[in-house]
Amino acid sequence: MSIGPVRRDFTPWEDPSAIPFIEFRNVTKRFGDFVAVKNLSLKVYEREFFALLGGSGCGKTTLMRMLAGFENPSEGQILLDGQDLAGVPPFRRPTNMMFQSYALFPHMSVEANIAFGLKQDNIAKTEIDARVKEMLRLTKLEAFAKRKPHQLSGGQRQRVALARSLAKRPKVLLLDEPLGALDRKLREETQFELMNLQEELKMTFLIVTHDQEEAMTVADRIAVMDAGEIVQVSTPAEIYETPSCKFVADFIGDINLIEATVLEKHAGGTRLQASDPEFLIDTDQQTAATEGEQVWFALRPEKVRINHGSPSGESVNQSKALVWDIAYMGDVSIFHSRLSESKTMRSTVANVTRTVEQPISWDDEVTLSWERNAGVILTS
Amino acid sequence: MEDTSKAMPVPKRSLGAWGLIAVPYFWLLVFFLAPFFIVFKISLSQIAIAIPPYIPTFDLSEGWSAFKDNLAMLSFDNYVWLTEDDLYWKSYLSSVQIAGVSTFLTLLLGYPIAYGMARSPKEWRPTLLMLIILPFWTSFLIRVYAWIGILKNEGLLNQLLLSLGLIGEPLTILNTNTAVYIGIVYSYLPFLVLPLYASLEKLDISLLEAAEDLGCPPWRAFWQITVPLSLPGVIAGCFLVFIPAVGEFVIPDLLGGSNTLMIGKTLWVEFFANRDWPVSSAVAVILLLLLVIPIVLFQNQQQKMAEKDA
Amino acid sequence: MRNGPTWFNVTSLVLGFSFLYLPIVLLVIFSFNESRLVTVWGGFSTKWYGELFQNQQLLDAAWVTLKVAFLSASIATVLGTMAALVLVRSGRFVGRSLFSGMIFAPLVMPEVILGLSLLLLFVAMDQARGFWTVMIAHTTFAMCYVAVVVQSRLVGFDKSVEEAAEDLGCPPAKTFFQITLPIIFPGVIAGWMLAFTLSLDDLVIASFTTGPGATTLPMKIYSQVRLGVTPEINAVCTILVGLVTIGVIAASLVTKRQQVQRERDERLAFGPH
Repeated sequence: MSIGPVRRDFTPWEDPSAIPFIEFRNVTKRFGDFVAVKNLSLKVYEREFFALLGGSGCGKTTLMRMLAGFENPSEGQILLDGQDLAGVPPFRRPTNMMFQSYALFPHMSVEANIAFGLKQDNIAKTEIDARVKEMLRLTKLEAFAKRKPHQLSGGQRQRVALARSLAKRPKVLLLDEPLGALDRKLREETQFELMNLQEELKMTFLIVTHDQEEAMTVADRIAVMDAGEIVQVSTPAEIYETPSCKFVADFIGDINLIEATVLEKHAGGTRLQASDPEFLIDTDQQTAATEGEQVWFALRPEKVRINHGSPSGESVNQSKALVWDIAYMGDVSIFHSRLSESKTMRSTVANVTRTVEQPISWDDEVTLSWERNAGVILTS
Repeated sequence: MEDTSKAMPVPKRSLGAWGLIAVPYFWLLVFFLAPFFIVFKISLSQIAIAIPPYIPTFDLSEGWSAFKDNLAMLSFDNYVWLTEDDLYWKSYLSSVQIAGVSTFLTLLLGYPIAYGMARSPKEWRPTLLMLIILPFWTSFLIRVYAWIGILKNEGLLNQLLLSLGLIGEPLTILNTNTAVYIGIVYSYLPFLVLPLYASLEKLDISLLEAAEDLGCPPWRAFWQITVPLSLPGVIAGCFLVFIPAVGEFVIPDLLGGSNTLMIGKTLWVEFFANRDWPVSSAVAVILLLLLVIPIVLFQNQQQKMAEKDA
Repeated sequence: MRNGPTWFNVTSLVLGFSFLYLPIVLLVIFSFNESRLVTVWGGFSTKWYGELFQNQQLLDAAWVTLKVAFLSASIATVLGTMAALVLVRSGRFVGRSLFSGMIFAPLVMPEVILGLSLLLLFVAMDQARGFWTVMIAHTTFAMCYVAVVVQSRLVGFDKSVEEAAEDLGCPPAKTFFQITLPIIFPGVIAGWMLAFTLSLDDLVIASFTTGPGATTLPMKIYSQVRLGVTPEINAVCTILVGLVTIGVIAASLVTKRQQVQRERDERLAFGPH
């Protein structure tokens, strides 16, 4: 059994002997009294597409800027390809960054922007021309080579910024919210383009984003950050299906959190007791929590079934409820049902047919139920 | 500026970055700050028939004891003199009064102009703005000079009024305080209109619409919405007129009369006509102290506005 | 309706701008007056302009003024741009508030004080007064104006553009000349023009700090104005006003053309492609 799709046979993080390409060792960054990054350690492997995900002010951008050299760590070490980066100024680091604002040079043409980095290295002119041409082809910008940045649309500017940062073939490409300024449709297209490029160029990409969908689409692994610390590092599917704590569960997607106490631990799994209304939760998951301990049971809305009528049989992995609110979204409908005065649960139902024989309506009495392996026990 | 610097980290600087700070810093220390200490020192000296026309001169080659003797010669006599001769404190008072009245008149004239500009069609605004700035680029002296021909007894204004039959005999305007008011209002009008226009232009029209929608008639909306929101611009503009007007020399000298007292003119006469460098230095020190308060107030206000914008 | 110009707004604009421009217009008109009496029209003539070019003293003064203005504006632009960079970019350093104070104080300081204090400095330094002392004095106050103009340009500057250059391997000093300077250049030019006009215009500071052989045009005009209004002075003023007007209008036309071009480009960019 596996969790989610696995890309290629590329899982260096599971190999204890693999040598990390980028390594943060106990890095702390303080701005005055404010601690932006707290004693953080992280390993990223070569050719990985790695995402730093978190809300604003969580330290993800600071972490990236320390790798690029625009900020210096207050404590700790950053290594890239075995080299300690301490004291190396930004213009000598083998990383290139695609800026959130794109930061295109307004007084230079598209070509000149792309060639800028190459010219700094005293590369032969023919070589530069060839490389610029290749980049223009790769980003489909051939027709715009002579234009200035202000003569381009948002999407084109984004591609120039990408081409410029790729031109030097950096060891690591840093992407700082690269798609934030694009509209939704263009953003989705570009996400796939980015993945293809990374695949084709066989480079290491590090992306900073606050958009969970973006991170889940493009990245091999995601580090979820909060208040300067990494909360969980895993593949997108693992992050979604087995969040390590309430914060991650809540941050990624939609979730129902049910308070419960551990009733019984056995070889086949765990039994939990929820109160108000009382029902039992049986899961095949083992937990570190001791019997009698208070835990949370996290259940994604799409994993909750909703049916007419009261529950039959024992109240295990099911509960009666009253439909409170319905949101029709087109592809799915979201039901908010009340278990009691203070407890609600959300369930998502795919609208697989255009019409429904007996639609569930407001104030209907329903049964909510789920499978043994649908939810996760969280202790924090 | 200082406000943002507090949040800024103290960066590690290269030699070049230190040089960037050091060069303009050094220039200003030598040519702006140091002269004030010299002015202060000379304001404590005595007038003398010599070159330069004051004693002591502090020649360091004469040794320590001479230095100490010279130090003993410094005194506050000139400041005492400033309080004894009523010419000086009358000049100070009159400067503040003339600058105050002129600032008020400039505001009276400038507000409708700034308001008219801010409410004009969008495509006119750049042109109107340029028309306000253009006189600022032409010589101050020329603009003041232009008024002499208009205001003098046989000048164009009197010719016009006489031919219209509005007056029987020429008005005496040139060489009076009235002419000085006109000169200051005319010269400093752009300084007031520009910040005022900036704050009026930012004002969201929908605020006035909301006020009217809630039952407030336009004239009251003007007093209750427009005026309070343009206050930062009014204050900035008034400081920009008042502060330099207090120390004005050219306008009172060319347009004012013999009994127009302004401190800038008094200082000039003391220096160039009477060659009394110590007393004119003392006048300058007092003028500076007089202006420190409005300058600091102005800086604080600007800083508050900058913080608000950020 | 609400956005349309009301009669009150139009009236105040017309009156306001008449007040601003009428005196200058009259001055220009009377420079073409045949009569020596400045306020009585005696027919059209350009003879005062002819006489102007015979007046060697006036021409000398004009030449000195231009040299002082050009030199002081150029030095002030370099120093002022540096100061602006320090104010916007250097973060905290010891004496920062003194530095920003020294930048802003000259903008509102009465000229008589600036002039007197600089003169006393030159006397204390035993420096012979003349061309160079005027030049230094003008540089000192003009650099503060340049700093303020360039600073406003720098504040709106996206710092990540510089970071991008460094990220692509460009050392800081080179980044300044290849990236920063070209982008803030319009502000630097505007600063230079302002410094140049301020120097051209200055009477008070020049009067204090000048010496024999370095009489500037405003000083010359001033000494003649004190003796009364003459058509020659009107003619000099007209030439100066004309030059400045042409300069400012040309500058604004160029900016406007660039802006129109830019807007056209932007429309092009967002059109079908």
